[in-house]
Amino acid sequence: MGTLHTINKSPFERNSFATCLAHASAGDVILMIEDGVVGARKGSSFAPALAAKLASCAIYALGPDLAARGMKPEDVLEGVKLVDYAGFVDLTTEKARVCAWL
Amino acid sequence: MRFGIVVNEGPYTHQASDSAYRFAVAALEKGHEIFRVFFYHDGVNNGTRYTVPPQDDRNLQKLWSELAEKHGLDLVVCIAAAQRRGILDANEAKRQGKDGDNIAPGFRISGLGQLIEAGIQADRLVTFGD
Repeated sequence: MGTLHTINKSPFERNSFATCLAHASAGDVILMIEDGVVGARKGSSFAPALAAKLASCAIYALGPDLAARGMKPEDVLEGVKLVDYAGFVDLTTEKARVCAWL
Repeated sequence: MRFGIVVNEGPYTHQASDSAYRFAVAALEKGHEIFRVFFYHDGVNNGTRYTVPPQDDRNLQKLWSELAEKHGLDLVVCIAAAQRRGILDANEAKRQGKDGDNIAPGFRISGLGQLIEAGIQADRLVTFGD
């Protein structure tokens, strides 16, 4: 079933996002929450790394946290899906475990 | 499904307590069970009833206490983390010779074994922190 990885810090603040990308196995799911949603921004210097990971992992961003940071769905890298908190709960049930990259 | 939730960050620091609370609400709305919420490290600061944020701001301690009352949640504060940060219940205040306690309604002070048990008993352990 794989792992759900939650990432809550911007890739421009810490290297935990990059470490998460390096560790997530094929079939795992990555969910950006809190300041982590900054990593979803289209056209950023981090976007190519995230886009490359889309080939092996489903990647989501928490919609309310995007909105709280003034980001619109059209600002988000293509292929990244948006979920609300109910969707966050569903992702935790769909994977076997949750790894929080704090 | 049965969830355990860990909160490692105090209220009003970044967003961990807010995220954990909203996750807990969403899980309960979907009919899931929350076995325990464990407050660790600075997360213990969510459990003081002396929290008095401005009236137009969210009161995270009150939100947690109300959620606990409504759904019978077990909100556990780590004892060692709590002692370092001045979070005391009546028993601990007496034992430490302090003149008062501040634990919020719905919270209780216990040990790390409660976190281990949550990890064993819950189907998923979800951690929020800094």
